[in-house]
Amino acid sequence: MTVSTETRALRTQGLKKPARDGGIRESAVSRTVAMAVMIVATLYFLTPLWWLLVASTKTREDFTTTNPLWFADFALFDNIAALVTYRDGVFLQWLGNSALYAGVGALLATLIAAMAGYAIAKYTFRGRETLFNVILGGVLVPATALALPLFLLFSQAGATNTIWAVLLPSLVSPFGVYLSRIYAAASVPDEIIEAARIDGAGEVRTFFTVATRLMAPALVTIFLFQFVAIWNNFFLPLIMLRDESLFPVTLGLYVWNTQVSQIPDIRALVVIGSLLSIIPLIVTFLALQRFWQSGLANGGLK
Amino acid sequence: MAISLVARAGAIAAISALALTACSTGGTDAPGASGDCAPSDGPVTLTFTSWLPGVEEAVAIWNEENPDVQVEVQTGPNGNGGTYQNFFNQLAAGNAPDLGQIEFDAMPNFRVQDGLENIAACEGILAAEDQFVPWTWSQVTFGEEDAVYAIPQDTGPMAMFYRADLFEEAGIPVPTTWEEYEAAAVQIREQGGYINNFSQSDINAFAGLVWQAGGEWFSNDADGWTVDLTGAETTQVAEYWQGLIDNDLVAVYPPWTDEWNAAYNSSELWTWVSAVWGANTIASGAPDTAGNWAVAPMPQWEAGASAAGNWGGSTTAVLKGSDHPYEAAQFALWLNTDADALTAMNRTANIYPATIEGANLPVFGEGVEFYGGQKIYEVFAEAGNNVDPNFTWGPTMTQVYNDVADGFSGAVSGSGTLLDALTAGQDATIAALKAASIPVKE
Repeated sequence: MTVSTETRALRTQGLKKPARDGGIRESAVSRTVAMAVMIVATLYFLTPLWWLLVASTKTREDFTTTNPLWFADFALFDNIAALVTYRDGVFLQWLGNSALYAGVGALLATLIAAMAGYAIAKYTFRGRETLFNVILGGVLVPATALALPLFLLFSQAGATNTIWAVLLPSLVSPFGVYLSRIYAAASVPDEIIEAARIDGAGEVRTFFTVATRLMAPALVTIFLFQFVAIWNNFFLPLIMLRDESLFPVTLGLYVWNTQVSQIPDIRALVVIGSLLSIIPLIVTFLALQRFWQSGLANGGLK
Repeated sequence: MAISLVARAGAIAAISALALTACSTGGTDAPGASGDCAPSDGPVTLTFTSWLPGVEEAVAIWNEENPDVQVEVQTGPNGNGGTYQNFFNQLAAGNAPDLGQIEFDAMPNFRVQDGLENIAACEGILAAEDQFVPWTWSQVTFGEEDAVYAIPQDTGPMAMFYRADLFEEAGIPVPTTWEEYEAAAVQIREQGGYINNFSQSDINAFAGLVWQAGGEWFSNDADGWTVDLTGAETTQVAEYWQGLIDNDLVAVYPPWTDEWNAAYNSSELWTWVSAVWGANTIASGAPDTAGNWAVAPMPQWEAGASAAGNWGGSTTAVLKGSDHPYEAAQFALWLNTDADALTAMNRTANIYPATIEGANLPVFGEGVEFYGGQKIYEVFAEAGNNVDPNFTWGPTMTQVYNDVADGFSGAVSGSGTLLDALTAGQDATIAALKAASIPVKE
């Protein structure tokens, strides 16, 4: 099996690192310090989540009057009921929109990135490295910086305030192309592609039946990254969308949060809505954990 | 880039319009003095962006009654939360909605950037002046002749919410002047409470206090804008509150937080000098104190005076480039004067109307249980009439709020003073106006 020197170097690094770490004996003091730092960091990151969980279970009265980090009267289900019935259940629509944007967007983005990465890794053509470098440059441009130019472009096309205004920009994932290229180079041997060609498979069929399977762990990783990025994307929908029924859940909750001074009661809905809005992310991560964790490990050890 | 070019062109256009009040039409395609605000042929669909919760209910009444002029509601976060920026983006792209909700303090920004249609020539608009609380009308005309850029929607006249029960138990008289307020603050501190919380991030609330004192932060004429964040009245107000902060007579919780609500709910805070919409804020944030609150006019700088400030309020503006300014103007006027529409908006979003007649809606005549059955809206109606009509907002209020708030946060934690913050805000504001090519007089 031949691999490019580039990937061999990557692998050697991947192999070396754990071995070196494992070989050093830490003193008890440094271990204790490390543990303490990690415990503090964990608490720091988990406290807001804990607060969110606790606050979501409280009645509106208890919300401001009881200890913010401990439970009072349990009203979680009342709160959820209030949330899903407020304004004819627009919150559920927002959840559905987020699922649509993030699900379909991430799926198509993964497909496009996989095809582009595979092509760049496995075909030689003029300007290949230039193309790759340009795409790589895209990783450096923050999505927020692109939102306003995109708005002006979509305005020209009369496509603002539509599903496409959020979905189309989500299909682009420069980082996904990068990861696909690296992974395709490492995990799809040229011999297999040649074997498939000899067996009579066309290039497209080779890609879909052979390459995508070998690249699966990388594809799951790209899907996850893109899913999370779209789910949490806020600025683009903020600029593009006017129609409440098109909002993703992040924008919807933000809009409610800015209305708190007019209707203080909305605050409780924002809190419970925030809790519910992160559940799909957690579920997606847990469901795909097996794939992407084994993917990362395989990449390092094979 | 596009935005700043538009801003610059708009600024120049706006200032020249101000210079030529007698004969200006305010722009090439504006329906100005020539009286070209005519109804459109055929059915019309208007888009209206508002962040007022439940405004659809009021709009539905209009759509029912006007099959030929249908209004489509679009929404977003509150103005400074992103909708203003969206308006400017849309104006730059040439696809702004026909109508938009714009708060009074943001109006000059839109005027200077040439984002508003002059609807004065549209039927019935100039004549509507009498229906509105006087200070709100000067906010939508900018003092220009034959010019109306929006219809006032709601206001935030200020008064003093206070704990009637605590004042009575402690035998402290309810203050009517700021001097008495300070004396009461000392007595309340002896009881372990605070008279008020100084709101370090609500600079528009502080502006309301300055407004009451007769201060004017901005003014403009043909030669440009005058910025005066450190005038005599402002200095007086700033030094007064600085004294309360220095002597630990007011609390300094960050406003709109749980600890702030909790301080009210636990009876630690005894008063809140705030706007009419604050009535719901307290009722929601301090439920344990129900029935114990009352409302009195703001404390005065001179005994026997009755000046009031204003905090908040918005307008319905017709945005530049609307294809149907006539219908848009008619809708804006209807939305903010029709009793059914105003009642609906009060029910869904607690708005307090900008019309004189609005204060007489049945909903404002009732006693409010949370305030011991007091008819609190009578106090606010009175306050609304006592707001000085001359106060003018600047064209870069978001920047002013941010810059001054930075300094205020420092002042409550002991670094610098409120006046330092205002002085720094003054310089930053002049720099910001110059950066936007808006003429400034120094």
